[in-house]
Amino acid sequence: MTQTEGKKRLLDTKMVPAPSQGIIPERDLLSTPVLEARHLGIEFGGLKAVEDFNLIIGKTEIAGLIGPNGAGKTTVFNLLTKVYQPTMGTVLLNGKDTAGMNTVQANKLGIARTFQNIRLFDNMTVEDNVRIGLHNQVKYGMFTGILRLPGYWKGERRQHEKALELLSIFDMQDLAGVRAGSLPYGAQRRLEIVRALATNPSLLLLDEPAAGMNPHETEELMHNIIKIRDQFKIAVMLIEHDMNLVMGICEGICVLNYGRIIAKGTADEIQANPTVIEAYLGKKKEG
Amino acid sequence: MKKLKKSTVNNLISFGIVIIAFIICQSMIASGAMKRSLKGQMVPICVYIVMAVSLNLVVGISGELSLGHAGFMSVGAFSGIIASAWLRAALHVDNEVLRLVLAMIVGGVFAGIAGVLIGIPVLRLRGDYLAIVTLAFGEIIRNVLNCLYFSLEEGRLHVSFNNPNIPGTMLVSGPQGATGVDKIATFPMGFALIIFSLIVVMNLINSRSGRAIMATRDNRIAAEAMGINVTKYKMMAFVTAAVLAGMAGALYGMNFSTVAASKFKFDTSILVLVFVVLGGIGNIWGSIIAATLLTVLPELLRAFADYRMLVYAIVLILVMLVTNNPMLRSLFGQLARRKGRDDQVQVGGAEE
Repeated sequence: MTQTEGKKRLLDTKMVPAPSQGIIPERDLLSTPVLEARHLGIEFGGLKAVEDFNLIIGKTEIAGLIGPNGAGKTTVFNLLTKVYQPTMGTVLLNGKDTAGMNTVQANKLGIARTFQNIRLFDNMTVEDNVRIGLHNQVKYGMFTGILRLPGYWKGERRQHEKALELLSIFDMQDLAGVRAGSLPYGAQRRLEIVRALATNPSLLLLDEPAAGMNPHETEELMHNIIKIRDQFKIAVMLIEHDMNLVMGICEGICVLNYGRIIAKGTADEIQANPTVIEAYLGKKKEG
Repeated sequence: MKKLKKSTVNNLISFGIVIIAFIICQSMIASGAMKRSLKGQMVPICVYIVMAVSLNLVVGISGELSLGHAGFMSVGAFSGIIASAWLRAALHVDNEVLRLVLAMIVGGVFAGIAGVLIGIPVLRLRGDYLAIVTLAFGEIIRNVLNCLYFSLEEGRLHVSFNNPNIPGTMLVSGPQGATGVDKIATFPMGFALIIFSLIVVMNLINSRSGRAIMATRDNRIAAEAMGINVTKYKMMAFVTAAVLAGMAGALYGMNFSTVAASKFKFDTSILVLVFVVLGGIGNIWGSIIAATLLTVLPELLRAFADYRMLVYAIVLILVMLVTNNPMLRSLFGQLARRKGRDDQVQVGGAEE
């Protein structure tokens, strides 16, 4: 390792340089961060889809991951949630190494996500979708369910109450009995967020939450993301192409291009960064 | 709470229909209004209903294709027959109902063990491996049973592989199958087994585990991201279905004086799958109706003599055409939609 490379790595690891700007008192970057990715990377038969990805996300931070199409943003999400096993580097969730874990174990450790192409359980009701999110929060066994023991009734009631409580974040409690597949597009995206929240995560990954939404809905979504963060005291990381949303609510932004981080910083820093402008708009002609 | 009540009411109505059907059949048997040939079909109908309901749990609810359901049935049948004979000889359990129940439990346990042994390696994989392995299991278990010999000597059980020379009275003799079985299966017991399997399957579906099973079927990736252990819940559905099939097999075995392994061929597995598909994949009540009709049908078509199977095939095609008819479908769709709207109003009302 050359000297410059070592220096660059040191600088790269921290995403938001200054701890807390006083927005939330709970924020403390000096305590164990929710997520810490070190030199994360994956190769698909020689093709390096993501390479040397370093990132730290604080306890209640809203982080954005942007980049041109095919930059590897969703691949990063898949690496963090263990859909893919990284071929290089490590991911620490709440200080715990996730090496060798699968998606289920990563979820139990506190990472929940939504999907770019909505993956709801279409044929079930809205409430049942949320109840599936509550799977590991309100538990009772198979035989309790078959024999309808008291634990079943208690568990079902708790799930029902919790599901309605979570749905009320987006004012969706009235839709509890509706088939999830018949919801309008925006509501489906919101339901996916509720379902992810139901797993009681400490880090919520949102994959293009505003895709297909109109400006009004996007505005509402921005408020809701901040509301979720404040209410549940969790960190949120989102992939989004809508720059108003990203620049509006993200406290730290990370720009990815060809699988590599090309810039990190606050919204203002990113907007002024010549490498980012080049990645999005192309190189300015000389002279 | 309101919704919970509603599904319970629906289930109670459906159970009521089954119970009424049972009472009608039973009174017809008692009054002698039922034909002899049909009377002999009553226990097999019960068995096939349980087979179809349990296979629907695998195919419809957990979304895996199983082509060896008759294999579990045969494991249940032979272990049940042996258990029943041993109970009578060694423990002097003379009460027939008790012996039958114990035999069914033994059959269910052994079939469940077979289910676990197959499920552990296969359900970890994605794709159609379960279909391939269960198909092979059905064939292998039939060939193994063809080589097994069991005999009873003063309450002691003798087992041998490929060697018919064992002491005592033969219980199972290889390719001839089980001979001299005491026919203790009765229609009321078959009905009790139907109710038991319906309660197990319906309660499982409407519980936390059932929702997890359906989640793994609808979207495996999303289910995993929600922290649901896919293999565990696919196993749960598969083994529950195997246990029920084993119990049905034990009942089936003790309905005849001789049972050979060749009765549980690939054809039987496919027949049960036909019940499930025709009744509607994932539709438990549809499975019951399809299993009943298609078991009775060949009996009723006896008048057509040589053309029986031809007519049977035509009926199958007609049923498929009718269930896929766009007009009927849209009609059912409208009914379902109206029901959904009612639900919505109800839930909204409950909140105000």
